[in-house]
Amino acid sequence: MSTHILAYPFDPFHSITEHQQQSALDKKFGATASFIGSMRDFNDDADVSGMVLEHYPEMTQNYLDKLEQQARQKWGLLDVLIIHRVGKINPANPIVLIACWSAHRRAALDACSWLIEELKHNAPFWKKETHHDGERWVEKNTDGF
Amino acid sequence: MSIQVKFFASLREEIGISETKVDTATTAGDVWDLTTNNAERPLNVLVAVNLEYAQYDSQVNDGDEVAFFPPVTGG
Repeated sequence: MSTHILAYPFDPFHSITEHQQQSALDKKFGATASFIGSMRDFNDDADVSGMVLEHYPEMTQNYLDKLEQQARQKWGLLDVLIIHRVGKINPANPIVLIACWSAHRRAALDACSWLIEELKHNAPFWKKETHHDGERWVEKNTDGF
Repeated sequence: MSIQVKFFASLREEIGISETKVDTATTAGDVWDLTTNNAERPLNVLVAVNLEYAQYDSQVNDGDEVAFFPPVTGG
């Protein structure tokens, strides 16, 4: 499994490179698609100075592992890497990385898009933002489009 | 009979419970009623039984883990 929940900052570009070098991809991959989600310093027109990401550890790990397996099977991916932060996060910090490797571009692109949407809709994570006048839970994710 | 119960995020703060146990319940809804003193069941609260999404009317058994939490906001 290549799903990781981290309580410390990470460099997604380094993670992709490192994973690709260590993976058993051989020379069969022709496409790598990735999505990196980072923390904005605003939300709903309010300035946000920080965030704490809470999760349901066992369920989150199970859910991400299941997503990875579903994506591998549906698109015949050669490899998948999912990393998600928890804990205290600052603006511009990466929150999530999804990377998919496949022989041809369509599978990697479609799988990457599907994975981030499934994760955002169902993986049990919750954001609590810090504003100048206190903290507040994010009630729902934006549509993102 | 022993069922582990967990609350997360804003729901944990509103109810004031992180983890608890109940001795007898037939459904996840029973677990909610017992642990929240029959508080109204919010429509947007998500229910999980043994780490899988479930419903208030999902059956629960001895040794199960039931969790309640608000809409998820990861990614």
